[in-house]
Amino acid sequence: MSDTPAPAPQSRLRRAWNSDFAWSFRHAPVAIISSFVVLVLILAAVLAPLIAPHDPFNPATLNLMNGFTPPGQANAFTGDTFLLGTDDQGRDVFSTILYGMRISLFVGFAAVMLAMVIGVTLGLLAGYLGGWVESIIMRVADVQLTFPAILVAMLIFGIAKGITPPEYRDQMAIWVLILAIGLSDWVQFARVVRGATLVEKSKEYVQAARLIGRSPFAIMLRHILPNVLNPVLVIATISLALAIIAEATLSFLGVGAPPTKPSLGTLIRIGQEFMFSGEWWILFFPALALLALALSINLLGDWLRDALNPRLR
Amino acid sequence: MSALISVRDLTRVFDVSKPWLNRVIERLPRALLTAVSDVSFDVPENSVYALVGESGSGKSTIGKIIVGLVPPSAGSVEIEGVDLATETDAKKIEAVRDDIQMIFQDPFASLNPRWRVRDIIEEPVAAKGGKTNGLAEKLLEQVGLSAADAGKYPHEFSGGQRQRICIARALASEPRIIVCDEPTSALDVSVQSQVLNLMSDLREDLGLTYLFISHDLTVVQHMADVIGVLYLGRLVEEAPRDKLFNDPKHPYTQMLFDAAPKMDAFGREVDPPKGEIPDAINPPPGCAFHPRCPLATERCKTERPEMRHIGDTRVACHHAE
Repeated sequence: MSDTPAPAPQSRLRRAWNSDFAWSFRHAPVAIISSFVVLVLILAAVLAPLIAPHDPFNPATLNLMNGFTPPGQANAFTGDTFLLGTDDQGRDVFSTILYGMRISLFVGFAAVMLAMVIGVTLGLLAGYLGGWVESIIMRVADVQLTFPAILVAMLIFGIAKGITPPEYRDQMAIWVLILAIGLSDWVQFARVVRGATLVEKSKEYVQAARLIGRSPFAIMLRHILPNVLNPVLVIATISLALAIIAEATLSFLGVGAPPTKPSLGTLIRIGQEFMFSGEWWILFFPALALLALALSINLLGDWLRDALNPRLR
Repeated sequence: MSALISVRDLTRVFDVSKPWLNRVIERLPRALLTAVSDVSFDVPENSVYALVGESGSGKSTIGKIIVGLVPPSAGSVEIEGVDLATETDAKKIEAVRDDIQMIFQDPFASLNPRWRVRDIIEEPVAAKGGKTNGLAEKLLEQVGLSAADAGKYPHEFSGGQRQRICIARALASEPRIIVCDEPTSALDVSVQSQVLNLMSDLREDLGLTYLFISHDLTVVQHMADVIGVLYLGRLVEEAPRDKLFNDPKHPYTQMLFDAAPKMDAFGREVDPPKGEIPDAINPPPGCAFHPRCPLATERCKTERPEMRHIGDTRVACHHAE
């Protein structure tokens, strides 16, 4: 017996820093860069009221004379300069991007949360209970998957718009967007969770819990759910990028966020009207922001998928 | 001694048919797999009853039926006089569930990887709202681990240590019966004996009754008081341990002993057993063992042998004496 000193108990932070997960993060430059970009963009969006030089939604602060100011140059009439220029109404493009990203991110997060809650619940039920419950849920999922998600979202958006009174439409538009994207995106979650549940269900720790008389819901919630969360996390990240793009697409098509509360997609739609008249910055910068946001979230999701995949360890 | 577990004419049929549409299109019949067929035995209190058999002989299914994980198709299992499959009094079911626990084969799959050892061990008590102060620590020390292990996660332990945790969990509700489904077959030989000795000690200290399911004859010889031999879901022979090992009556039991590797038989050629265990979906008529049996006659092909008493032994064979 050798007297090797026992390793000193590590603090929580130290343990997290030394974990496999953190190691794989530290050795993936793509993950570091993309998470940095995501963090900066999210912070900028959250702190928009503090950072933005102008409030683009307050008509009182807008000066129509500032319209179409090119980025970084002084306006010919008023002498004001804007970092990324202004649009046709004299709104600062930088500020509208910050506020637009806020709406894009909010819609994206909320839609993914909705899709995740629906998908994980239905996937757990289908995988654990099996039988006709599984047949119904998975057939509905299969049918929905045959339609393009954007089409389903437009359908839901159209129906919701039809039943909301006109005076509430602009206020409700964001919630309707969330509902439409969330309902069109749950299938991914349900399929993956069902598959993972089938694997976990056959393991003996689930049998041990059944043996002592635990109810199916307690087993699903306390035993199986924590063990199927890894793939859910990966899909949630990639879905977030897709949801932001879906929101931008819907807004670009004119069925999403209204021009009074523009998201990145709305800004791009407004901008493309001026693309051929030389005011390129109104389109270019919102599109660049959308690209950076979606791309870095996607790259982060790709890395997460590899890092959490036990077969690639 | 009265029987703590009494199994009567237990039968379990699994429907392994293809989906309905495939059956209609491909004109396939329903496929029914008889995993357990008319098995009857008693386990007296404070004894070790071992079920042995090849893979596919239905031994694990019997274990799962006894603890209530799988309902029987026919026949009955009574534990302390209560049949879990038909009993409607929730209090009685609760009491029996506390009295019977199970240890599983694969210690790497039988502990929830996301739970701390303390929560795993205390779950059988905590799920019923019982008091768990220091219970996990006490049980961990009882199975030869340290109380400090309660705060760790399962992946920090080796296979043998995990199996000890499983035993600690099984003991948490203070059961009288533990069903052990091949508890050592996933472990190294050196660790096997430690776990088996622990189980023997616990049995003496706590007055436990074991139903021991295994395919390993040496393990069974070490542990069991009474051994039942299964073949294709049927009990073919049951005898006290020494009786079975010294004087096996059924030709299948004899074949098993001949096939088992022996330490003193190095270099000697052993005839491997002939044939395979038959398909349980279409079992042979008559005695299920007749296609492989050296003694088989016309009678064996048509008439299923009943269990007969020969001394202490019960055997299902037309030719056994």
